[in-house]
Amino acid sequence: MGFFPTSKQEDVDTSPHVSDEVKTTTCYMCACRCGIKVHLRGDQIRYIEGNPDHPVNKGVLCAKGSAGIMQHNSPARLQKPLLRTGERGSGEFKEIEWDEALELAGGWLGKIRAKDPSKLAFFTGRDQSQSLTGWWAAKFGTRNFAAHGGFCSVNMAAAGLYSAGGSFWEFGEPDWDLTKYLLMFGVAEDHDSNPIKIGLGKLKGRKGTKLVSVNPVRTGYSGIADEWIGIRPGTDGLFVFALIHELLKAEKIDWDYLSRYTNAPWLIIQDPGAADDGLFVRDAQDNPLCYDADKKTLISANNPDAKPSLAGEYTLPDGRKAVPAFHLMAERYLDTQYSPDAVAEQIGYSADNIRRIAAEIAHVAFEEQIELDIAWTDWAGRKQDKMIGRPISMHAMRGISAHSNGFHTCRAIHVLQMLLGSIDVPGGFRHKPPFPRPCPPGPKPAGHESIANTPLPGMPLGFPTGPEDLLVEPDGTPKRIDKAYSWEYPFSSHGMMHMVIHNAWKGDPYPIDVLFMYMANMSWNSSMNVQSTIKYLTDKNEDGSYKIPKIIYSDAYNSEMVAYADLILPDTTYLERWDAISLLDRPICSAHGPADSIRQPVIKPDRDVRPFQDVLLDLGARLGLPGMANQDGSPTYPGGYSDYITNHERTPGVGPLAGWRGKDGDQNGKGDPNPDQLQRYIDNGCFWSDKFTPEQSYYKFANRSYLDRSHEMGWIPKAERIVMHIYSEHMQKFRLAAQGHGENQPPDALRSRIEETFDPLPIWYMPLEEKAYDGNEYPLHAITQRPMHMYHSWGSQNAWLRQITAQNRLFINEITAQKQGISDDDWIWVISPHGKVKTQVKLMSGVNPHTIWTWNAIGKRKGAWGLDDKAPESNKGFLLNHIISELLPPREDGYRYSNSDPVTGQAAWYDLRVRIEKCDELEEGLTEPMLGAVAALPNAPEQIAVLRYGADFSEPKNAPSQTTKVDDKAQTPLTTNEDLLGEKS
Amino acid sequence: MHPAKSVILFTTASGAGYGLLFLLITGHMFGVFPADSTLAYSGFGTAFMMIIIGLLSSTFHLGRPERAWRALTQWKSSWLSREGILAIVTFGPTGIYGLCWIFAPNTTISLLLIIGVTALLLCAATVYCTSMIYACLKPVSAWHNRFVPASYLALSLSTGALLLNGILHLQGKNTPLFDMITIALILVSVIIKYYYWKYIGETKGISTVGSATGLGSMGKVRLLEAAHTEANYLMKEMGFQIARKHAKKLRNITFISGFILPVFLISLTGITESAGISNLLVFCSIFFGAIGIVTERWLFFAEAKHTVSLYYGAQSV
Amino acid sequence: MTCLPTTSPQKKLGLVIDLDICVGCHACAVNCKEWNTGGHSAPLTDMDPYGQDPNGVWFNRIHSFEVVDEDNDSRTVHFPKSCLHCDDAPCVTVCPTGASYKREEDGIVLVDADKCIGCKLCSWACAYGAREYDEDAGIMKKCTLCVDRIYNENLPEASRVPACVSTCPVGARSFGDLNDPTSDVSQLVADREGFDLMAELDYKPTNKYLPPRPKQNEHTVSASNKPVALTPVSTEKAGLLAQWADKVLSL
Ligand SMILES: Nc1nc2c(c(=O)[nH]1)N[C@H]1C(S)=C(S)[C@@H](COP(=O)(O)OP(=O)(O)OC[C@H]3O[C@@H](n4cnc5c(=O)[nH]c(N)nc54)[C@H](O)[C@@H]3O)O[C@H]1N2
Ligand SMILES: Nc1nc2c(c(=O)[nH]1)N[C@H]1C(S)=C(S)[C@@H](COP(=O)(O)OP(=O)(O)OC[C@H]3O[C@@H](n4cnc5c(=O)[nH]c(N)nc54)[C@H](O)[C@@H]3O)O[C@H]1N2
Ligand code: SF4
Ligand code: SF4
Ligand code: SF4
Ligand code: SF4
Ligand code: SF4
Ligand SMILES: [Mo]
Repeated sequence: MGFFPTSKQEDVDTSPHVSDEVKTTTCYMCACRCGIKVHLRGDQIRYIEGNPDHPVNKGVLCAKGSAGIMQHNSPARLQKPLLRTGERGSGEFKEIEWDEALELAGGWLGKIRAKDPSKLAFFTGRDQSQSLTGWWAAKFGTRNFAAHGGFCSVNMAAAGLYSAGGSFWEFGEPDWDLTKYLLMFGVAEDHDSNPIKIGLGKLKGRKGTKLVSVNPVRTGYSGIADEWIGIRPGTDGLFVFALIHELLKAEKIDWDYLSRYTNAPWLIIQDPGAADDGLFVRDAQDNPLCYDADKKTLISANNPDAKPSLAGEYTLPDGRKAVPAFHLMAERYLDTQYSPDAVAEQIGYSADNIRRIAAEIAHVAFEEQIELDIAWTDWAGRKQDKMIGRPISMHAMRGISAHSNGFHTCRAIHVLQMLLGSIDVPGGFRHKPPFPRPCPPGPKPAGHESIANTPLPGMPLGFPTGPEDLLVEPDGTPKRIDKAYSWEYPFSSHGMMHMVIHNAWKGDPYPIDVLFMYMANMSWNSSMNVQSTIKYLTDKNEDGSYKIPKIIYSDAYNSEMVAYADLILPDTTYLERWDAISLLDRPICSAHGPADSIRQPVIKPDRDVRPFQDVLLDLGARLGLPGMANQDGSPTYPGGYSDYITNHERTPGVGPLAGWRGKDGDQNGKGDPNPDQLQRYIDNGCFWSDKFTPEQSYYKFANRSYLDRSHEMGWIPKAERIVMHIYSEHMQKFRLAAQGHGENQPPDALRSRIEETFDPLPIWYMPLEEKAYDGNEYPLHAITQRPMHMYHSWGSQNAWLRQITAQNRLFINEITAQKQGISDDDWIWVISPHGKVKTQVKLMSGVNPHTIWTWNAIGKRKGAWGLDDKAPESNKGFLLNHIISELLPPREDGYRYSNSDPVTGQAAWYDLRVRIEKCDELEEGLTEPMLGAVAALPNAPEQIAVLRYGADFSEPKNAPSQTTKVDDKAQTPLTTNEDLLGEKS
Repeated sequence: MHPAKSVILFTTASGAGYGLLFLLITGHMFGVFPADSTLAYSGFGTAFMMIIIGLLSSTFHLGRPERAWRALTQWKSSWLSREGILAIVTFGPTGIYGLCWIFAPNTTISLLLIIGVTALLLCAATVYCTSMIYACLKPVSAWHNRFVPASYLALSLSTGALLLNGILHLQGKNTPLFDMITIALILVSVIIKYYYWKYIGETKGISTVGSATGLGSMGKVRLLEAAHTEANYLMKEMGFQIARKHAKKLRNITFISGFILPVFLISLTGITESAGISNLLVFCSIFFGAIGIVTERWLFFAEAKHTVSLYYGAQSV
Repeated sequence: MTCLPTTSPQKKLGLVIDLDICVGCHACAVNCKEWNTGGHSAPLTDMDPYGQDPNGVWFNRIHSFEVVDEDNDSRTVHFPKSCLHCDDAPCVTVCPTGASYKREEDGIVLVDADKCIGCKLCSWACAYGAREYDEDAGIMKKCTLCVDRIYNENLPEASRVPACVSTCPVGARSFGDLNDPTSDVSQLVADREGFDLMAELDYKPTNKYLPPRPKQNEHTVSASNKPVALTPVSTEKAGLLAQWADKVLSL
């Protein structure tokens, strides 16, 4: 056009050079662990995309994963080991060399180990190498180890593992291809991030399906749900019981499934007051018995020929009465207290609607039954010519978990699934290997004794099955610093990280010497009660020494926690290190088959940082820990973590990675270490996966072929069927103890609590905080949700992600707000019994009227995360954690329990009760509490004004114009990466 | 819309410049003004200065001012391009006319007439093009209407007249006729502006958050969360919002300072004998007129809502 | 070339976005940023990236809305938005420099970074807020429909789709030729009654949106043939248990 020669259409290069090299590895921007392909241009990252071949994400990537470049280049990255110079909390440090750091740490730890290893509390947070850290703790000899599960979702894990042989969380998944109806309880995002999204896309794309989301808030997944049930928090148990009530009444029950695969037919002794009341009737070989309705006799429930009865009262040879577990269950839930009419008001969903959902569920399960033409053989060798499927699936997460009644609620959901016959069947909820495992799986917690210079006899975390497994002194005093596995929280199988700092400060049950933490922002978003936690971390004895004498911490970034440690061991970012995503740990398997993967360093660190796993092995060697140091004191794994990944064997033939084992790499699961293993992984895109045969794909708990394979792989100790527990005898054992039976007795003050909460059948009780505080004074529930594009606290250092959410509002139902004269953008106080926090509001209709909520972990401490002091995150964003208490109100004698589920010790984040009040006009504009800024770390980079990442990947045509005004100070680039970020001056 | 200083200065200054040129040439052609060179120097000088200030200031709005020449290439479709070209072309006939006035007062009438008429048409066309830069934008309903070109043209003339009137007064060449013309032009502008305001007050854009999202047929649509919690370019540039209260105040300022005061002050010159006072009054009329017109132009942007704001919380535009 | 192509483009490449399944995860927006910051319009500059007022160039942004109907039944809809590559694109015609243009071969609307003077007029002309001013570079940028990906011979064939499409975890984004009635995207639009945003402005956007499907809740239950309640076998607990005691099952 035009009359100037330049006006012709530009010549677009549609095939530009993309990258010099593409390396595969595994994403770490959250715990989903998707496969990624990292495109490199020289030593810069051009692009990160999903690996289409990877079993987890199949090529897709979420917002966090897509922002990996900015995570890798974050100005908040730690640069070098740091030693505290100022007061704790001031943030004043000096840089030291690694040798000095390791010597210091080794010295502190060595002293403890030589005296009493349990004086070390080693707790790890957002960790994916728990099999290493747990093993390290065991070798060190401290029972005081756990990862973050106790404040995360142990309720889901424990309820699943004690009931269904596997759990929700990321350890199971709906049968995305076949399910027709998905009932989702309390899920905002979950660890199975991309698989859930891929699955929801599939589900919604098929005709005749329905997605129901039970959630007080309608965002994200609930937004696309075909039906949203805006339940009142903490009442899901009642809702599930009402569904069970309806199903029982109408006899919409999968009788065969119950009798074959669950303990529904097992007879339970009915002898109130007896030491074995409520236990299973067993024969001399310890087989549970059922009543054979055909032969009219008692028969082993493990006898495949039994024709069990599920109801009725039967007389035992000794004259006592017994009833099948199902009978007890039906009796309980048929009661009118669980009818839709009885619970409707409390849960905030009408009785008609509850009845409709029950009818829909029953319809899908039984009228829309599916059959797959897959022949299989059951545990007893009986051939079946097809697989019956009930296309109704369920998934639940922290909306259930983070309540003090969450264990029972989750168990209730599993019982509902069992009634419908929908666990691990076509169209239902499917286990992912290594699950199912026996209920509960695996070993008991180790650590009854703490012996100088001696490893524990087992792993610190495990699954108690009776009072004898608790880690308590004879008088009932907890042996663990977090009081896990004590009478207060018997099934706390993930430990109770949220209590460590409080207990260590208080010296209750005893003081410790060193708190060693890894990847947990414990002075901020992962602590209940931020300000008190900060006090505990900085509080001193009269002699001026700190109550928690030494704190060692490993982080990769300048998080809020850094300022509270004495010694900082800076980690690499995820693109700079080896990692194993192991079957021994939190695996990445899918229902289709096992898988594991690795991370390989795709970029060299440009700072003086070391992978924490290397550091841990190094420390282990320095301390002479068995398995880490040879006889002569030399390190067993001189090559560091990659050496360990390749050569470590947990049991003969079983190591961190299951793929390409054996000298020639031709064995999977078990086999000798293969020196070439890591290369084989790299050649395969950094993952290994295997597929079950169709025959092994469902009914895995009773499937001969699957059970054999599971045993071969080392997932289950014996190739025996796994029976699901509708009725939990393990729980009944604790209850009996509470009633005075047995050798191991709880302290008297705890008896009633245990008796009530260790009901062998799911129960519902009001969340403990709600019960403790006046509902008129604190009429609202306050909860948080994970934003899909942020991973807890670390998203905010990411230049891209923080542009999406740099501050959080408090969301309120518009009608609730109206009643209090609150409108959009107003500033209000949120007041709990423990404190108050100031925030700006946003009204919405999609939230339960008794509930307020906000995005989790957006609020930041000034000075942390490489952000400017004026950042919206610290001036407007807020944390609800400021007003959550880690303790419940005092018991009569003044003792305060943890604000946790009394069964599992799960932190009860979502039990929080509050009221809201409009601010004075003068108070508007800034959040409160706003803690002072922590000092900048040595050599922290200066703020940059302009980020032009990618500029040098293209032609010079887009170079900045002359007119851009960038203030001079801001032109100072980062100490490193100056050509990546900011001005080149 | 964000009221950018550079654009306000550009449209007001160059508008006044073209208005001034237009009136000078018309007046000269009709023999309203004495054909003396001082008037030509000062008149054309002021006009060109205003135009050049305006054009220069408009380049400050550009991200790449050094490439500004490229804006002259797309006259086929772009009003901005047309405006740019015409602005430059207009220098020709207007300049020649001015030069003739000064240096060749004996140029044949018909030639001068051709040059003059061309100049007049170009002045008008340039201002029209300026207005069409805005009036062609469908997403801004406050701009996409015929009152916009009308008011740009009228305001160009009235602000030009105000300036010219000032020049005449200062040089003692003022006539009641031109005072009357100035007042008349200001009154025409105020009437057009009045109707413009009435129009934008009464007429809603056809787009709503319902049509912007396509969800309108399902019910009442309301923003829950925007894409970013902090303001992005779109919100800063197009999401500018002015409170009704402020708008009203500013409209009053425009009305009083931009129209009423100049008319009043110019009227006063008619009853004073003192040249000093009269000059002061005229100076004040320009001063207040300038405040008024800048406020008017600021409001022209600030009151205009862009459809983009529908994605950021607005219900309608 | 400021004028629009005189002949309608042969191909109209564009996106189809399914509002029924978009969960609002921002993956497409961030992945877009990631690809494009090193791509055709590199960089997608960020101003004040770690400060008080972080704001940068994004080609794709995700909003969320609530819709309340007459029954007071409300829903949440996530709403991604990028350039719609309009057929009648005023962002092109207003451009004084010819920097903004629509490609004849596939209808993609692009900005020629060498010509743009940063007058911002195109961003005023775009009704949808799809144009992104790079304050630092002083030029306008926008969604390129990943023109440097979709034909890129340095990428495996399966990767030759826009970054936002390949990354969307739920599969809410599809890419193809909307001029070809047999293409997958055209079929989707036909089946699901895909619509234009602000059709009243007549920009003739190429990108289409698929409406959220009707809910299946108490308000719509009459429309389904599913049962609304179960029929009790017996309302009496003891009776039921007794009845069940006689059942013979097998292990
Ligand atoms: N109010 C409220 N509070 C909650 C929750 C809630 O829902 N509501 N959820 C709770 C739950 S479930 C959890 S799991 C916790 C999570 O809380 P945290 O476990 O504290 O998780 P993050 O904030 O992710 O912080 C982990 C730390 O790991 C660091 N890090 C990141 N990458 C690396 C790395 O590669 N190496 C090392 N060494 N460090 C790294 C980060 O910088 C950060 O300091 O929050 C809990 N807190
Ligand atoms: N993007 C992103 N992904 C993450 C994380 C992250 O920080 N960001 N964190 C990871 C971690 S550590 C975890 S533990 C998982 C957690 O994954 P989710 O469990 O999905 O996480 P939450 O955000 O806690 O979501 C809890 C949901 O339960 C709802 N809810 C609250 N109370 C109740 C209730 O009483 N009943 C019901 N039915 N619902 C309720 C809330 O509204 C919320 O939607 O996510 C993991 N994935
Ligand atoms: S879900 Fe996202 S952040 Fe998590 S591993 Fe996958 S891509 Fe990375
Ligand atoms: S969406 Fe906007 S930028 Fe894209 S073609 Fe249409 S008018 Fe132009
Ligand atoms: S900003 Fe650039 S692309 Fe947009 S109209 Fe101006 S010159 Fe054209
Ligand atoms: S097509 Fe490409 S440029 Fe456009 S929004 Fe998608 S990823 Fe971004
Ligand atoms: S990636 Fe997909 S689901 Fe996520 S916001 Fe974009 S379109 Fe929606
Ligand atoms: Mo968690």
